[in-house]
Amino acid sequence: MNLKTFLLGACSAVALCGFANAETLTIATVNNGDMIRMQGLTSEFTKANPDIQVEWVTLEENVLRERVTTDIAASGGQYDIVTIGNYEVPIWAKQQWLLPLDGLGEAYDIDDLLPAIRGGLSVDGKLYAAPFYGESAMIMYRKDLFEKAGLTMPDSPTWEFIGEAARKITDRNADISGICLRGKAGWGENMAFVSALTNSFGGRWFDENWAPQFDQPEWKESLQFYADLMKDAGPSGASSNGFNENLTLFQQGKCGMWIDATVAASFVSNPKDSTVADKVGFALFPSKEGVANHGNWLWSWNLAIPASSQKAEAAQKFIAWATSKEYTDLVASKEGWANVPPGTRTSLYNNEEYKKAAAFAVPTLAAMDAADITKPTIKPVPYTGGQFVAIPEFQALGTTVGQLFSAVIAGQSSVDDALTAAQATATRDMTRAGYIK
Amino acid sequence: MARTVSRGSKIGWTIAAWLVALLIFFPILYAFITSLKTEPEAIAGFSLIPSGTFENYVTVQTQRDYFKPFMNSVVLSIGSTILALLFAIPAAWSMAFSPTKRTKDILMWMLSTKMMPAVAVLIPIFILFRNFGLLDTRIGLTVMLTLINLPIVVWMLYTYFREIPGEILEAARMDGASLWKEIVYVLTPMAVPGIASTLLLNIILAWNEAFWTIQLTTTNAAPLTAFIASFSSPQGLFWAKLSAASTMAIAPILILGWFSQKQLVRGLTFGAVK
Amino acid sequence: MATQNTKTLARLMMAPAVIVLLVWMVVPLAMTLWYSFQNYNLLTPQNVSFAGFFNYIYFYTDPAFFQSIWNTLVLVLGVLLITVVGGIAIALLIDQPIFGQGIVRILVISPFFVMPPVAALIWKNMIMHPGYGVLADLARFLGFQPIDWFAQFPLFSIIIIVAWQWLPFATLILLTALQSLDSEQKEAAEMDGANAFNRFIYLTLPHLSRAITVVILIQTIFLLGIYAEILVTTNGGPGYASTNLTFLIYRTARLGYDVGGGAAGGIIAVVLANFVAIFLMRAVGRNLDR
Repeated sequence: MNLKTFLLGACSAVALCGFANAETLTIATVNNGDMIRMQGLTSEFTKANPDIQVEWVTLEENVLRERVTTDIAASGGQYDIVTIGNYEVPIWAKQQWLLPLDGLGEAYDIDDLLPAIRGGLSVDGKLYAAPFYGESAMIMYRKDLFEKAGLTMPDSPTWEFIGEAARKITDRNADISGICLRGKAGWGENMAFVSALTNSFGGRWFDENWAPQFDQPEWKESLQFYADLMKDAGPSGASSNGFNENLTLFQQGKCGMWIDATVAASFVSNPKDSTVADKVGFALFPSKEGVANHGNWLWSWNLAIPASSQKAEAAQKFIAWATSKEYTDLVASKEGWANVPPGTRTSLYNNEEYKKAAAFAVPTLAAMDAADITKPTIKPVPYTGGQFVAIPEFQALGTTVGQLFSAVIAGQSSVDDALTAAQATATRDMTRAGYIK
Repeated sequence: MARTVSRGSKIGWTIAAWLVALLIFFPILYAFITSLKTEPEAIAGFSLIPSGTFENYVTVQTQRDYFKPFMNSVVLSIGSTILALLFAIPAAWSMAFSPTKRTKDILMWMLSTKMMPAVAVLIPIFILFRNFGLLDTRIGLTVMLTLINLPIVVWMLYTYFREIPGEILEAARMDGASLWKEIVYVLTPMAVPGIASTLLLNIILAWNEAFWTIQLTTTNAAPLTAFIASFSSPQGLFWAKLSAASTMAIAPILILGWFSQKQLVRGLTFGAVK
Repeated sequence: MATQNTKTLARLMMAPAVIVLLVWMVVPLAMTLWYSFQNYNLLTPQNVSFAGFFNYIYFYTDPAFFQSIWNTLVLVLGVLLITVVGGIAIALLIDQPIFGQGIVRILVISPFFVMPPVAALIWKNMIMHPGYGVLADLARFLGFQPIDWFAQFPLFSIIIIVAWQWLPFATLILLTALQSLDSEQKEAAEMDGANAFNRFIYLTLPHLSRAITVVILIQTIFLLGIYAEILVTTNGGPGYASTNLTFLIYRTARLGYDVGGGAAGGIIAVVLANFVAIFLMRAVGRNLDR
């Protein structure tokens, strides 16, 4: 075995010698379109930095999260750059698992980052991850169907209006559902939507003493509203629909409305994939009559450096390149302005070319400006995070509760039963984690 | 002795068997067909006639190199199989030819080592791997896969060896053959079919192992299971591309399986015949 | 003296495999046992402390615990039932003289070569999807409302997928056993005037009993650990409808990063699996001795 190890080592040494002492960065990333595009463009970076090689580990979101978390928590030290959400960044930064990004360079223009996004990635004023793209949530709707039904979408609609409109547009014979919403269980799937919905209904996950709030009237109201709406105006099989499924449904013209991440706006208005590209309108995430809250959905995919990386300098170089304005220009020149990663920089939204190429630019910025993850709901809360709760326990808890709510949409459980079970399981988990004494 | 079969009943059985076979094979076939469709076609409703584009394969290959994970899959599955056989052949041999009261218990105990849920031991194993510097190495993963499949390998070989009649050994011993000669000239030729099918089965099991191969690798040792994990659920339903990636991941082992079907069948009995 | 030598040699030859497996069993088991008595969450590594039996109590009181055990049993038994009955039927079918026997056999065993995540993805997306799946197209063609498999029959859908993967294995073993059935015996029975059904019950089935035992034994070991298919398709839901014990451990250990709780779950699973194994050995193990 020793001999084999030696031989393998010798082989890889020879291979490395070929690159003239190049440093190899191992980058873990998620397999969505923008990230794949970045991999394709990496040759531009390595051309400019011949002493740095890049190896990609591309994984599906959930597998990626598992892999990266295990590695970083058990100090496996296998990655030099990891792609993580704004959910993880503050939690990991507090554990000192991430290196602060203080060497991004003069030209990086850190003040150009959208304040809401930057705030979510900073701990004690230090930036721990650089945003690659960011998103909030908004309504995407079919202008033609609204016109046909004699409806006009206000810029800032209420849930009451959305409910009414969705039921009116629904045409089961033509296979058109009034509204498509996430129903697939998962903390990043249905719970993202349901949490934002409940925020806008004035509800909250926990009170100031971390007591779960599923027994409160706001949750009952929001969940009932969601369940009724999906029953009356949702697509069949809604309980297994996540972002991907709804995206396809909308692109095929089977949804009157879809409330989801703003990043979807570029997909539904891309005529290559979408049959309804020229008929899409956008509006702010709905609020409830009398409650000034638009859900506070805010997500970003970010690049960060694990504290265990031995190649921090090269890693910062890469991050600075991948999240810079120059990268945006590079994508624009190769793939067009509509395809640049959205939602991270103010300058992008002041760019006339971008605004011209992307009809969703202004509504996206409006949605992002409306989101505040430090104050997700009108009642006081002990946590941050809009469509999630930024505590380590949320992944497991959110998924369990997501399963319970998914059963409601599948028609296998009542709203009351699901809420009772959610309250019990949340109390149990929070007690175990020591939040509830 | 030979039964005469009427042509009519033969055709009847043929139709029935083909129907069942196609039904079972259909999901694989449909995935392959879908891989030759364009993305809109892939979700446009049932159709067995694709437009015949190879674009998905090209896209998959440009997104993520296929050959490195493919080579890793080959090295890992063959390496772990050979290693497992090195351990298992002597063990199975001695169990088959010098059985004791305990033999059966040892066999059952070996199988029971497979009952620990992998997810529960992941963190301890991960930490062990980290401490020995085995993360993302082919050697580490080869050892892992060897350990996982060793019980099955021992059992298969044991049941196969047991079918070898003891008299042959006796005869060889009478002729004054040494133990070494006994193994090389008498046992090995008789055992080859059994070893061959054990080898094949183990390669298949190792090729398809999708927990440890994803959890303990990043780039250097990542096999095709990790390749697949980079194509499942991206943003949007890219079923045609997913089908292409799936086809690429399963095709090599499927083809190996088809070609070696006869050898595989012979040893898959686990001593069940008799 | 020669036998003594042989015995020693036999022990020596067995030793490497036994030792390796012993280490492989003892080390993880010991580590898991140790962690199962610790408060250890991967995300808060500074709070490691002795937990006593709390992890076990926590896992046991999980609202999904009893249902997960029930689901595990249903899953294992369901798949066994389908694969054994289906395997016998298919083995009998392709044992007949038919045209293209080789190709039929290749088609039938193919699912065995498909890696579990791929199998789950194919079934989820292309076969059972309520909007675009082949079964939905078929339902619409026949004028029915498409079934939303994973919402309405989550556990059953998973049983189907897993059974599809293991059917070839069962078929192969049963087919090999079937082919070893003495054709003279068969003919004698035919001469005696036994009809096909009686021949099957009194001749074929007893002959297959040993092979069936092997199928049950091997498959049970693999089926107890099923979780990839659940993860890809239903994520354990809706509710806890498709959460089995392994998936519950997955949820605790991987989503909750609760190393202690997951370890306790693992120990509970091992104990239960051994109960099943003992029960199995009692019930069918006798068939294995000749």
